[in-house]
Amino acid sequence: MNKVVHLHPMDDFKARSKAVLDNAGQRKNFRGAMDFLQTKRRAQFPDQEELQGLRELGSSIRRYSLAHLPRLLEQLEANLTANGVQVHWAQNGPEANAIALKIAQRVHAKRIIKGKSMVSEEVGFNHFMEAAGIEAFESDMGEYIVQLAGEAPSHIIMPAIHKTKQEIAQLFADEVPGVTYTEDVDALIQIGRRVLRRKFAEADIGLSGVNFMVAETGTLCLVENEGNGRMCTTVPKVHIAITGIEKVVEKLEHVPPLLSLLSRSATGQAVTTYVNMISGPRQPDEKDGPQEVHLILLDNGRTQAYADDELRATLQCIRCGACMNHCPVYARIGGHAYGTTYPGPIGSIISPHMLGLDTTYPLAFASTLCGACSEVCPVKIPITDILVRLRNEAQARPETEEATLRGSGAARTLVASTVWGMWSQVYSKSGLYKLASWFMSRGRALSPSEQGAWTRSRTPLVPAPKRLRDLMKDHKS
Amino acid sequence: MSAREEILNRLRNTHVAEQQAMPDIAGWFGAHRRSEDVVQRTARLRAALEAVHTEIHDVTHDNWSSVLLQVAIGKGLRHILIGATTPHGEQLQACQTKALQLIPYEQPIDTWQDLLFDGVDASLTLARGAVAETGSLILWPTPSEPRLMSLVPSIHFVLLDADTIHEDFYAAMTAESWSEGMPTNALLICGPSKTADIQQTLAYGAHGPKELVVLIRHADGRQA
Repeated sequence: MNKVVHLHPMDDFKARSKAVLDNAGQRKNFRGAMDFLQTKRRAQFPDQEELQGLRELGSSIRRYSLAHLPRLLEQLEANLTANGVQVHWAQNGPEANAIALKIAQRVHAKRIIKGKSMVSEEVGFNHFMEAAGIEAFESDMGEYIVQLAGEAPSHIIMPAIHKTKQEIAQLFADEVPGVTYTEDVDALIQIGRRVLRRKFAEADIGLSGVNFMVAETGTLCLVENEGNGRMCTTVPKVHIAITGIEKVVEKLEHVPPLLSLLSRSATGQAVTTYVNMISGPRQPDEKDGPQEVHLILLDNGRTQAYADDELRATLQCIRCGACMNHCPVYARIGGHAYGTTYPGPIGSIISPHMLGLDTTYPLAFASTLCGACSEVCPVKIPITDILVRLRNEAQARPETEEATLRGSGAARTLVASTVWGMWSQVYSKSGLYKLASWFMSRGRALSPSEQGAWTRSRTPLVPAPKRLRDLMKDHKS
Repeated sequence: MSAREEILNRLRNTHVAEQQAMPDIAGWFGAHRRSEDVVQRTARLRAALEAVHTEIHDVTHDNWSSVLLQVAIGKGLRHILIGATTPHGEQLQACQTKALQLIPYEQPIDTWQDLLFDGVDASLTLARGAVAETGSLILWPTPSEPRLMSLVPSIHFVLLDADTIHEDFYAAMTAESWSEGMPTNALLICGPSKTADIQQTLAYGAHGPKELVVLIRHADGRQA
């Protein structure tokens, strides 16, 4: 199986988090960026009533789409095919990459220019193509910066959010031929524009993600501000779009409410600079546009989430990033600490389906359950409920063949399950509870001073000298 | 079994208890839409576009071409890419001045891509309509005015008839029955290309046009 190189073992999650927490500069970057994005979003929703109504509508569109998902995917495929778009299906990352490579080899492609696509990150597209001798070049400014630095995105909307302009200025001076150090952001963007314009013109294939797919018309909708997405989907002779199976809606009229929620929640804009709706390749009488358009529909664990009535809501996501922008944990540890393609609250609930709960369950515990993510989610995903469910799944009895969640029970240990088993007995039998609490209060001097993670930054827990029932007895007498 | 069948079978095998009814999109927009006339819609569109660095000129059917040439020459432009066979392209050609070269988009891009990327200052396209709520211009590229005209040149001029401005995106797509047939490419454009990817600092002219100039053409010479 093709290894996705930027994913790290979950054992390192705490170490990576601590490294960021100890880095005052990075913490300042994240705090500043989160404050900026929160303020921008808030300004877009001055009317609470309108916001809540629109969230309800957006949620109902996504839930309706999921309820009819197999039918909508077949309708989408039929209409795209009739429009001249070639539709491919991939069960996992390696299958998706193999499909793209086959297309690339058929057209003798040497260079692929990429628009922003988190799904391509999810399948490790760039490394796969490079191993096959094909250059995969990022063209979104943020993605270009992190690729130049040899890093992965730290945010799904703003990939280079962890970097200061000074760091980017140094990166450009070091890595882009002929560039001298400048901290002027306009000048830095013009450097990126100059480099990437050549790449657009030279590329054999353009790769993009998709924000929404419309079944009734066979249309792929992409939103962006920079114009690189339009370049990737218009200039090269071949356009390959890759996306998850859940992104489909039935009607074209389902797009405007979701589009409004997406751009306002993500970057605090009423609408993005470009909304690009693609319904087919270049026609015989047209003078530009790709001669071939392909769509790769990826499962990669999404059908596992779909099979569960509670976890299915995870697939309502429209990838706005508002949950991470408002998450007190993400704001402090940033995107890289998670070690997964999708960070933040949505990453914690979608990653277990892609990578298995056995390697990702610590993420479900990296939450205060404050509920900010659920409150701002534009399509009303009950993220905190799902986090709690995943915690329970992680502690469940080891998975059986019928288990619906890969890796469930991975956090279960003999000590923990024995302790909780005893706790359950004590708390469900009043006689046992009376006896246990009597011993606890009388034997409090025997409480250990080392109590694992609790005493690392807190004083030890010691039972009260008198039980509540003792206090009440004293009070009455 | 193919990947397609495997995926679809897994989805079909899931019994989704929640078989929701179709969401009421018309009801939402009916309840939340402002009732505005063309003057109010034009004013709202203008405010939204100007907020994202778009230059706007009010024009009439008689003077739009001379205003455009004047603005273009004032910016020091050398050439404008046009769709030569469109009515507005023909009208512009009729009043051509020596100071500005009009380049028709006549050949498939494959034969002149380098020239388009490096040697064309600006372009002119007609908007199919616009969305007042968000300040978006609606473009449906055609064989006469292909997709790259609104993307590659550094300055993009757009001619927009005021009476084609809709209140919101939903109103535009339903009034024009988009769902009955989409073009190969349909676009909403709101301002010149931009990015805030470097430390949340907004910069215009990312990959697409650096400037967007909109000529709002009023039917009876009335100015918004």
